[in-house]
Order: sequence, then structure tokens, then C-alpha cells
Amino acid sequence: MRPFILASLLAGGLVASAVVLPRSAQAQETALPHVNWSFEGPFGTYDRAAAQRGYQVYKEVCSACHSMQYVHFRDLAGIGLSPAQIKALAASVDVPTIKADGSAGTRPGLPSDAFPSPFPNPEAAAAANNGAIPPDQSQLLDARAGGADYIYAILTGYVKPPVGMHIAPGLYYNKYFPGHLIHMPQPLQADQVTYADGTKATIDQEAKDVTTFLAFVSNPEMEARKRMGVHIVLFLALLVGVTYAAKRKVWADVEH
Amino acid sequence: MAGLHKSEFKNPVIRWVDTRLPLFTMMNKEYAVFPTPKNFNYFWNFGALASVQLIVMIATGVLLAMHYVPNAHMAYGSVQSIMRDVNYGWLLRYIHANGATMFFIVVYVHIFRGIYYGSYKNPRELLWMLGVVILLLMMATAFMGYVLPWGQMSFWGATVITNLFSAIPVVGNHITTWLWGGFAVGNPTLNRFFALHYLLPFVLLAVIGLHVAALHVTGSNNPLGIEVKGPQDTVPFHPYYTVKDSVGLCVFFLIYAAVVFFAPRFFMAPDNFIPANPLQTPPEIVPEWYFLPFYAILRSVPNKLGGVVLMFSSILVLFILPWLDTSKVRSARFRPMYRPFIFLLVIALVVLGEVGAHKPEGNWVLIGRLATTYYFLHFLVILPILGKIEKPLPLPESIGKPVLGGGPVPGGAAAKPMEHA
Repeated sequence: MRPFILASLLAGGLVASAVVLPRSAQAQETALPHVNWSFEGPFGTYDRAAAQRGYQVYKEVCSACHSMQYVHFRDLAGIGLSPAQIKALAASVDVPTIKADGSAGTRPGLPSDAFPSPFPNPEAAAAANNGAIPPDQSQLLDARAGGADYIYAILTGYVKPPVGMHIAPGLYYNKYFPGHLIHMPQPLQADQVTYADGTKATIDQEAKDVTTFLAFVSNPEMEARKRMGVHIVLFLALLVGVTYAAKRKVWADVEH
Repeated sequence: MAGLHKSEFKNPVIRWVDTRLPLFTMMNKEYAVFPTPKNFNYFWNFGALASVQLIVMIATGVLLAMHYVPNAHMAYGSVQSIMRDVNYGWLLRYIHANGATMFFIVVYVHIFRGIYYGSYKNPRELLWMLGVVILLLMMATAFMGYVLPWGQMSFWGATVITNLFSAIPVVGNHITTWLWGGFAVGNPTLNRFFALHYLLPFVLLAVIGLHVAALHVTGSNNPLGIEVKGPQDTVPFHPYYTVKDSVGLCVFFLIYAAVVFFAPRFFMAPDNFIPANPLQTPPEIVPEWYFLPFYAILRSVPNKLGGVVLMFSSILVLFILPWLDTSKVRSARFRPMYRPFIFLLVIALVVLGEVGAHKPEGNWVLIGRLATTYYFLHFLVILPILGKIEKPLPLPESIGKPVLGGGPVPGGAAAKPMEHA
């Protein structure tokens, strides 16, 4: 049994160091506030209402500057929108196309279309935003250390700069942004959107909702993944027991 | 024809094939009745785990390659499409990406096993050296695979590592240009890395074949590190070790599944979810965890060429380990002085891993240099001397009779397993 313990300790140690090492490289400047997200934990799911409100915030606020080029209208089924709703939403945008006579034109969007981008190319995005390109939001949550907490912190982190701090035009002070000077002006204001379900649109509420939506688009597979994972882990745990019992039986008559 | 193989199989179809191509006889000899020391502990699972993991990687990799586009403009998007649009594409990719981490954990434990129980010693030197070749191939494959998603860390990791070759005097810059297929990491680099990432696992498979073939000539080492004296020391591989390896395999898959389904992005750097941008260097370029100790060795030398030489030496030194270790005793169980030094080596490697994850500033530089010094000291100085001055504990007479100092043989009990064969 002792070598087995040793083997597990060593394997465990390797896993632990694998876990600790990459994290320690990215210490956060200001500690992020932790929010209890609906999608946390092994059984967490996306709060549908929050994600749908978040989509509204994205559509009415974020998408003015940020692209979300890898997400398609059909994906919105994942936050509980019906096929008819998705069809209508997609049809509300014009998608560039080549017409039958070869000239450029537009057509109404389809559920299979990707979300439209606000700028035709990165150069246009940079030119309109003081040289900074607003990052694509398809997988923004995974692209930032701190994930959902970080996004929420940035959205709510616009505070008065320290006295005497010089802030160049086109830059804004944010408590949680590395270096504190961010190109994005404070994106959310109270009552900036009017929620159809009557939820009061505070900055905090809007930030939480849009973060939930961004979490969904970053990992649309999460709910299916966790469901499958629960089954597979339970099955394997059972299999470990059965295999170990078989091993005990096979080895029962060997002196070792 | 006199050349036909005499098959012992009863089934006419199997017999027909076996007389012409004795595959069944070979499998039976090498995997069913193969006499294996009966005293293996669970450390001896890890070779089997590694071979299964290679198959998992090849299977998922081939399926991913059907959807991946090795083009600098489309690679990132094709990975997004795998994650979002391909049926179970996310599952394939998470199994494959986290599979690299699991593969290295398994192989590192496997190597530790070899070092702790002296598996590299006469007559298993070649077996060990083939293992080091496998490690090098694995590292090259993992590195090139990490470049394929074409995120920021892919791009800049590739830039840093390929630039190492520019340290070679005179021809260095020509070599990097040749590796890149241009004057910087770009589309030609991605193309060839994809080709090589697809090729190398099959080379790995071949070398693992040689590794296993060599193993089946010498037979396995065991926790006591003494040779098998006769049938009373062994059990047939099947069912004894097929079932024991199955236990380890199930535990391994359980941990693996927990990562894949509940924390699949745990080992992934956030920067690699940003598309590659040659004009913007990430604040910190950190390799995957399994390369961190070697990265730390590289950066503990102030001279570029010196660092590169030392980093490659840290692996190459393993090739001559069988001759650096002058002790005739294999297992660390019977080497009271060797034992603490191995644990020091493991600590040094973990420390190096931690150092590799930090910017080379302040105390990290000093700590990295001390750990690097110990790493080489261990192999080049301590091991050769230890074998000369250490007084090993008395070895047991045989595996079947592990009690020290002789005594009466327990009546026939040890021979019993063979009756199952």
C-alpha cells in the first residue's frame, strides 16, 4: 500500500504544481470582487433571464463598438430564445451579400448568420476609438485572467481617479484595469436600457447581466458539458470500484 | 513449406492466419503468458497509462484535424468553429488539449519510477535511452501542437522557442529562418508545424514499439530491483497485470474526466484566447506547465547560448544516466544515501517549475540558479560518487522470498499463480 500512497502523492503533487504554477504567474493588481454567478460550480447553469437581459445590454450598448464574430443568431437558443424570436432578431439586421446581377447589396439576416460587426475592418475600429481596437467579445471571458469577476469589475470599476493623477484625453480611469488607464469610456449608465421584464437597470444589474451573457457566448457548451460530465464521472467512479474488486479477486491467491 | 509457423490455436480461422503470420502467438507470448515480476506496485501502471494516452491523443487529434484549418488567417476561427459548431467538437478539443497535460503527468511519474527504482541500469540502458527519445519527441509534439490554435501565446511561444536556435554561432540565424520558412513566425511556420504535429505521434508510436520490444527482451524491473530468479517470482501478465493496469486506467480516466468536464480551461492561458497578433507582445510569455522547469534552466544563465546549451543538456544528461550512476544496486529502497538525494531532485524540479512561472527578477534568479546547479550536480557529481561510497542495505534473496537474511522457503505458495497460466 505504501508505494501506492507514494504514487498518488507524486501524481497529486504534479497535478497540484500544474495547478499552482500557471496561476501564480498572473497576480492581479487590485483584488477582484467576487460575484456568485449562476454558472459556477459543477452543476451551475446560465440564468436564462439574466442572460437574455445581458443580450439586450450587448445589443444596445456593447455592440456599438465590439464585434462578436464567432457567435451566430442560432446560438441564442442556448439562452432560451424561441426559433421564432431568433428568426425575427436575425431578420432585423442587414447582411452584406452579392446579388444575382453581381452587384453588392444586403439581405435580411438568417439564424445561420454571425452577429454583425460594428466596423468593416480593424483599421476602421482603431480609427474610431482613439487607436485602440475594441476586442472581439466572442470569448472575452476566457481571454482575461479572472474571467467573469474581471469583466464585472471592469464594468463597475469606473471611479474618480486619485487626486493629482494626469489622465490624457481619450483615456479613462478604471480601478481594476491593469495600469488603470483604459481606452473604453464608462460603457454602462443607470437606466441605459429598459428591461422588458421590469428589472431595475442599475449599473450593477446591467454589468451582472451582460457578464452572464458573455459567459454564455464564451462557453455555449457548458451546460451540456457539465451534464455529460456528471454521468461520466459517476460511471467511472463505479467502474473503479468494480475493477478494483476484480483485481482483489484475481490477486487473492498470490502471495505478494 | 518448412517455414510455416506451428500454431497452438484451436480455432481454424485463427490457426490459418497464425500459421502464416504468427501475430496471435506473439500477442499471447508478449501480453498473455508473459512472465512479469509479481511484486509491482501501482507505479508500474504508468507505462500502460502512457501508451493508452497516446492512442487517445492520436484518435482525438485525427478527428480534430478533419475540422482544423492550418492557415494563419483561418486557424483561430477554425478552432472557434470546432468549439461552437462541430458536433461534440468542444469535447474532442478539451480531451486533446487537456490530454497533453495528462500525458506529461503520466510520463513524468513514469520517469520518476525509473529513477527511483533504478530501472535504467544494466541490462536496461537501451530501454531507458529509447524512453528519453520518447520524451524529446513528446516535447516537440506538444510544443508544435500548442502553436496550432494560433492564439497570442501560441504565436509568441513559437517565436521564443524557435529563436533559441539563433543562439547557435555562425549558422544560428540561418537555422531560424529555415525553421520559420520566412523572416518571422508566420503562415509557413504554422503549416509545417501542423504537418509535423500530425507526423511525430506516429514516429512516437514506432519508438514506443521499440521501447516495448526492448522491455520484452530484458523483462521488467521491479520495486526490489533484483532479477527474476524463476517462475516462483513471476505471474503471467494476463490476467494479473491486465486487471491491475485496468484499475489504474479507471482512476486515471476519472481524474482526466473531472478536468475535461468541470475545469477544461484550467490549464489554458487566458492570452491564448486572443488571436495571434505579431504587432503586440503579451506582457509575459509563459510556456505550458510541463516545460516550466526547463524554461527556468534556460533563463538562469545570463548568456543566451549558455542557457540554450544548459536547457538541452538537462534532458540529454538523461541519456548517459545509466553510466553516471555507478551503484550496482537498482532500487532506492536499498540505497539509504541515494534516497534523500532523489527527493531533493524532485524538489529542485518543482522549485524550477515555480521559478519558470515568474519573471526572472529579484530572488527568483538566485533560486533558479541554485536549483539548476543542484539538478546538474545531482547527475554529474553526486550520482558517480554515491555509488562508490554508499553502503547499500542487504538485498533480499529473491522476489518470491523478500524476507531478508534467508530462512525457510514458504512451502510452495509462491509458485501457485503459475497454475492459472
